[in-house]
Amino acid sequence: MERNFVLVALFAALIAALGLVPNVTLAFGVPISAQSLGVMLAGTVLGARRGALAVLLFLLLPAIGLPVLSGGRGGIGVFVGPTAGFLIGFPIAAFVTGWITERLLSAPVFWAASFGALIGGIFVLYLPGILWLAVTLDKSLYETLLLMAPFIPGDIIKVVLAGGITATLVKWRPGSVPTRA
Amino acid sequence: MLSLTTERLTPFHAWPAGPKLLAICFVTAVLFIANELWLTAVVCCAVFGLYALPGTWFLHAGVSKLWVLWPFMVILALWHGITGTPVEGIGIALRLLAVLALANLVTLTTRLEDMADVVIQLAQPIRLIGMRPERLGLALALVIRFTPILAERSTRLIEAWRARSRRRPGWILLAPFSVAALDDATHVAEALRARGGLDGQKE
Repeated sequence: MERNFVLVALFAALIAALGLVPNVTLAFGVPISAQSLGVMLAGTVLGARRGALAVLLFLLLPAIGLPVLSGGRGGIGVFVGPTAGFLIGFPIAAFVTGWITERLLSAPVFWAASFGALIGGIFVLYLPGILWLAVTLDKSLYETLLLMAPFIPGDIIKVVLAGGITATLVKWRPGSVPTRA
Repeated sequence: MLSLTTERLTPFHAWPAGPKLLAICFVTAVLFIANELWLTAVVCCAVFGLYALPGTWFLHAGVSKLWVLWPFMVILALWHGITGTPVEGIGIALRLLAVLALANLVTLTTRLEDMADVVIQLAQPIRLIGMRPERLGLALALVIRFTPILAERSTRLIEAWRARSRRRPGWILLAPFSVAALDDATHVAEALRARGGLDGQKE
């Protein structure tokens, strides 16, 4: 009971801490932040329900005015700005990522977690993200998708990292990763 | 952790948090649904008027927080310049500015504790799915306490790497970083249980 509660809180803190890590810039100049990797990890490590709760708890921090989103952003503004759809997508992404990881028990952890992160952390996350971006910029979905395309390679890297980190956690701390406990 | 609220008080600081939040929801929704250039322009002027009211320092604080929009402004300028629809472009840009400026106005003038109270009030319905809203306060306190601890640990890991390797520290450090977070969770859970558990009494 206490452990689940604390795990949710600590993963929320982990997502916030990853936002403070400086962005890595890909070869063609697109910044990638570690924050959405934290969202994927919440799903692959904690599972659907707890992962989504951790992300929701994390989102309360910028909502009450703490600058914990990557690039030091925070405040109510981030929930009405052009990228708000991705924030709305964060908990759903963690949920789907966790749901898939929990169910692919017969697959090796790396593949189960990577596949979960790919579907949850990219496909599911981009859906509300692109929808809202299209509304705020008043562009078609296709045009908005093209706008976001440069970010996909960075997201693929994060998917592989999420799989690798989850596999490492299961190996180093067997029994304490909820999706593989 | 530093909150975004300005330390110098403005008249808006005295306004209650709940109605301020409701107001931005309402204005944002109206701007998107109406989609009228003149209305957006009026609201935009009104919002910047509010910023100017407490003095130029506050207007300056507000404008500097809008810089995050510049990539979107560049995209809009290019797009509507090329397609020859500048009026539409200006309308969309003004709406982005108005909506974000208004939301920032609330964040800049509302204390962290007041916002947290509103959040806990809004979370009351989670009772319906069997969760306890009163635990949200403890959860938020844990997150706010542990974010700087985890950030500090990532700095230490990077330093430890630099002391031992000539290569640049990379993503590989995320593995020990995550393991340490898992271990922290185990220790904090034990400490909580030793102090009587989540509800302050032995289960």
